[in-house]
Amino acid sequence: MIEETFMQDQQVRPLSTTQAGDCVRVVGIDAGRGLNSRLAAMGLVASTELRVVSNGHPGPFVLIVKDAKVVLGRGVAQKIMVR
Amino acid sequence: MKRIRVALAGNPNSGKSSIFNMLTGAHQHVGNYPGVTVEKKEGLCTYDGCQIEIIDLPGTYSLTAYSTEELIARDYVLDETPDVVVDVVDASNLERNLYLATQLIEMNVPLVLAFNMSDLAKRRGIEFDLEQLGRLLEARIVPTVGNKAQGREPLLEAIVATARQAETPRVHRLSYGGEIEEELAKIEAVVAAQNVDWIPRSGLRWVAIKLLEQDDAVTAKAGQGDIREAVTRSVEHLRGIFGDEPEIVMADRRYGFISGACQETIASSVERRHDVSDTIDALVTNRVLGLPIFLFLMYAVFWLTFTLGEYPMMALEWLFEWAGATVAGFWPPGSDSWVKSLLIDGILGGVGGVVVFLPNILLLFLAIAILEDSGYMARAAFVMDRIMHKIGLHGKSFIPMLIGFGCSVPAIMATRILENRRSRFTTIMVIPLMSCGARLTIYALIIPAFFPHQWRGPVMWLIYLIGIVLAVICAKVLRLTIFRGETMPFVMELPPYRMPTLKSVLIHMWQRGWMFLKKAGTVILGISVVLWALASFPKPSDEALVGLNEEQAHQVMLEHSIIGRVGRVIEPVIRPLGFDWKVGTALIGATAAKEVFVSQLGIVYAVGSEQGGAEVLRRKLQADYTPLVGFCIMLFCLISAPCVGTVAMTRQETNSWRWATFQFLALTGLAYGITFLVYQIGSLWA
Repeated sequence: MIEETFMQDQQVRPLSTTQAGDCVRVVGIDAGRGLNSRLAAMGLVASTELRVVSNGHPGPFVLIVKDAKVVLGRGVAQKIMVR
Repeated sequence: MKRIRVALAGNPNSGKSSIFNMLTGAHQHVGNYPGVTVEKKEGLCTYDGCQIEIIDLPGTYSLTAYSTEELIARDYVLDETPDVVVDVVDASNLERNLYLATQLIEMNVPLVLAFNMSDLAKRRGIEFDLEQLGRLLEARIVPTVGNKAQGREPLLEAIVATARQAETPRVHRLSYGGEIEEELAKIEAVVAAQNVDWIPRSGLRWVAIKLLEQDDAVTAKAGQGDIREAVTRSVEHLRGIFGDEPEIVMADRRYGFISGACQETIASSVERRHDVSDTIDALVTNRVLGLPIFLFLMYAVFWLTFTLGEYPMMALEWLFEWAGATVAGFWPPGSDSWVKSLLIDGILGGVGGVVVFLPNILLLFLAIAILEDSGYMARAAFVMDRIMHKIGLHGKSFIPMLIGFGCSVPAIMATRILENRRSRFTTIMVIPLMSCGARLTIYALIIPAFFPHQWRGPVMWLIYLIGIVLAVICAKVLRLTIFRGETMPFVMELPPYRMPTLKSVLIHMWQRGWMFLKKAGTVILGISVVLWALASFPKPSDEALVGLNEEQAHQVMLEHSIIGRVGRVIEPVIRPLGFDWKVGTALIGATAAKEVFVSQLGIVYAVGSEQGGAEVLRRKLQADYTPLVGFCIMLFCLISAPCVGTVAMTRQETNSWRWATFQFLALTGLAYGITFLVYQIGSLWA
């Protein structure tokens, strides 16, 4: 039981599946060069810490990355893999 | 006096504009970069015997080749080689902001960092060892609070000192780690051997870095032949090692460098706490409350622009009437000198026709400046986005389109808030379909003439609705054809809410007003004078006017003029719409301004413009036309050729006559087609 929850926390999953209040780390981004570059310029690169403020159910997908608040579209949130 | 050229760079929302305003005060002007619709802001100031020219580059998060703004900023630094680059950094959000700084460092520019919003950083309990950090980044660092104008002198000191010192090669280089550095060295060697003639001041290493990142612009300039092969080999090699594009790994390393530098020099005592901004956001972006709050604020903006705008408008009208009467006083009463007419109806009328838009524009941009500076605009964009996205437009498109219900001229200028060129142009093209205030005068004349009491409200609603539906359809079509393309994936920063400062809001408002007068204003004046001439010449002979009263005389003069004649000539063309030459003449006159339709129609029917004139005119219209024709007239006016003001403003905002002409012709064509259908099909019933 404890092992399972441990695994759950360590599982790599898309950002879009996180809940408000979660703190996760970026593992990788599955996007084209343009989007990747844009996200990087906003601070989203591997091993960056993210805090999810609201996850789109309902409302926008808002997160805090490197001390700034950023809104992401659903499609974008689905491409960011976190743990 | 020594001249120093300074470029201001920085993230959006870093307070760059306030630093620019702080340095240049009123000595600034706004233009466009050639060929694009990105704003170019330049200004001047003097300090310590030096004349400092400052250019405010577009706000960017980095300097890649992926967006027009970034390329403009980068090319300016590369090609214009400013003496100093000042990177305005949000000190309360340092790590992300320094990403741009690392790229500037790599470009080998003499750098000064303005740690802006340092009051906020202090409040958050962040402490900097600016000396140490400055040494690591090899740039002077000055704490500033842009919106309180604090730090001006120290910043200017740093700029002048940096400009005066001799350029020395950097000591601390941002290292990308063993593997990447190896490949960079290889590429550098190949580029050096090739003797490529385009090596910017930024140096060989910068070119190698960009080539390895597969930067499109640099590759186009320097990545040919052997160089391209070498780069391809390096990229593949690194892909193999890292399992990712070198570009990504390098971005990662930059943050590593930043993180290292910050850890040594910054002490932060508090975690980022839930603050006021978060509370406001919970309300404002709330799924249930967000939209009503937005609509309420939009109503406030509309009210401010048009209702409050009434007062200055009335004052201006009175002023121009007085001016007209004064000028007329130079001639004996009843004189029909054409010089007098040129001065009063042509020029004064034309200038009046320009200035009349000024109060609306100033108030609208006052409202927009407040929304943008406070940080609300980003939230607004996001609240409306879901709906607007379905039409292929941006959330922010809503605001200009809403303003369009008052007047298209400020509305089109308001599309400046849209960064995406395609969304912006599409919005500009369909704004005239939002039935504006001037058209209301046409409806007010026609509806009571043809429709019984209980139908009047619904008919007017119908017209407005048709306009909106057409706008949505046209926007969709445009986005699928001419302005086709993906809207950028939605990634947007939500800046913390800030209190807008009066100074920055007023500067913003003033700049827009001035831009309108200079650019759109001159075009409107020019076309107005031309239209005046077309309506005044040729003049009928004196015998033709014998025995006529004033209205009848005007009627004859109009028929005799070019516009009157053109009206007759196009009659066969507009017959299928149910129109005759009288309506045709009035429609041509309406290109000056939609409300002119009413006065032109009055002249054509020899009805005076005093009280009760409208009723007389309506009766005459009832005699000549059917309700179907009345409806078709309104339909045609709704859709067709936008007025001179709109054309001029479209030209100003798209920077080309081509788009303004396209808008004019396309809307007129659309109007013709739809009115034709409605009239022909409607006639089958009647």
